[in-house]
Amino acid sequence: MIKSVNSFEQLQDICEFKNKHIWEYALEREAELAEISTDAMRNLVKKSLDAMKDAIKSGLCSKEMSISGMCGDDCDRLQRRYANRGALFGKLFEKITTYALATIEENLRMGKIVACPTAGSCAIVPSVLVAVSEELNISEDEQINALITAGEIGRIVSHKVALAGAVAGCQAECGVASAMSAGALCQILGGTNEQIFNAVALAMKNLLGLTCDPVCGLVEIPCVKRNPFLAIHAVTAAELAISDIKSKIPLDEVIDALEQTGKLMSPTLKESSQAGLAKTKTALELENRFFNKM
Amino acid sequence: MRQSSIMDIISPIMVGPSSSHTAGAVRLGLMARNVYNAPVKKITFRLYNSYALTGKGHGTDKGLLAGILGLSVDDTRIKNIFDSDIAKQIDYKFEYKEDFNRHPNAVDFIFDGNLSMQVSGDSIGAGEIVITKIDNFSVNLTGKYNTLLLVYKDVPGMISRVTKLIGVNIASLQCDRYAKGDDASMCICLDGEVDKALIDTISNFDDVYMVRYIKKLEN
Repeated sequence: MIKSVNSFEQLQDICEFKNKHIWEYALEREAELAEISTDAMRNLVKKSLDAMKDAIKSGLCSKEMSISGMCGDDCDRLQRRYANRGALFGKLFEKITTYALATIEENLRMGKIVACPTAGSCAIVPSVLVAVSEELNISEDEQINALITAGEIGRIVSHKVALAGAVAGCQAECGVASAMSAGALCQILGGTNEQIFNAVALAMKNLLGLTCDPVCGLVEIPCVKRNPFLAIHAVTAAELAISDIKSKIPLDEVIDALEQTGKLMSPTLKESSQAGLAKTKTALELENRFFNKM
Repeated sequence: MRQSSIMDIISPIMVGPSSSHTAGAVRLGLMARNVYNAPVKKITFRLYNSYALTGKGHGTDKGLLAGILGLSVDDTRIKNIFDSDIAKQIDYKFEYKEDFNRHPNAVDFIFDGNLSMQVSGDSIGAGEIVITKIDNFSVNLTGKYNTLLLVYKDVPGMISRVTKLIGVNIASLQCDRYAKGDDASMCICLDGEVDKALIDTISNFDDVYMVRYIKKLEN
């Protein structure tokens, strides 16, 4: 019988007890639950990783607009600018932001992506993971390990908070994606389990309260640009955590705060497009245009 | 406590843009197709609330049709499904409704032709779905389990007659009926598989009107 691990404290304890990395423990448990070998389980994760890379590749060479016509050509714009003049923060920053836009734009034009954890937040984990792996020459095995850790982080959060904008706002979608990325990146940088948990906590803490107020109810405004923003946010969290900077509030308590904030958040700001950006003057004009076109 | 997997978080591989409005729509379509279990000739999709309002921008209509046609959530044909040859083989239309007694992402599949049937479902977030009604019977099909679905006359002993034949573990069991002694439904979620012989045996029971074996969704 596999003991179910549904909090970060339990995860930390069991990893310490078994002297395992987060990914090792998660991989073995998943394989056991699915009644498959750990190699077969790794292959499942690799399929997701490969699909993430394919989405980046397709997204980089398209500027096809979404059905609504509101978004789709920003990745192209960003690439042209970087070709002309590099990013202030260098190549890694360029890659993360470009890959994030490539992926999320591939999503809105009905291309193939990996929901991670959701479609609207699908670009955050891949952009950080793939860009860093390319720049630091990280092996595929290590990339898979990092993705397992990202999945394990999201899984534990999902026990307390449904990862849906309609339930807890964008903090539970892009916010959690950013926290997952921070943990995965911290692991790639050689972080200990404790440092990984701190990276997650630091990323999550600084996104509490993020609402879900999409214009026209579509996964476009502000979702598209939010993905590169929160990908970079993940890097900040990992950099701090790997320096042994700790979240003064333990991770499980941060997740409690996430849950409470989600409950207190007005339903008008939870994917219902009844307030916030969705009800600005310009958003209403876009809405008129969109519904006339449809 | 609910069992969860990292694959709930780092998958599915799907065509965008929305897990609830696109992938969820495909999965609802696939489940409705499995429930109907006959060649689809004519179908009306009735979309409610958020599905009706933002469905076109999210490709919800394309997703529902693709599911009915048997395409999986990551099939790139979904994007241009209306122009595809497979879509031309059936007669379909969409209706859009507001009804706040229904889930924000609710849909009715109204099958016509030799066999009429209405299947209703909701897309409840992150690609998860639930089929809530088949004709007038309440059911709870999530696509996570292989499921035996029976429609039968409400008579004593039916549950034990059926379940004692099932060799694999039963994860859940739900029954509903119009009235005592009237038509009833039984929804049995299974941890494993059952074979065709068992389904045939149950189909031949007195007082059993319909048996469907609905396989779980692959992704």
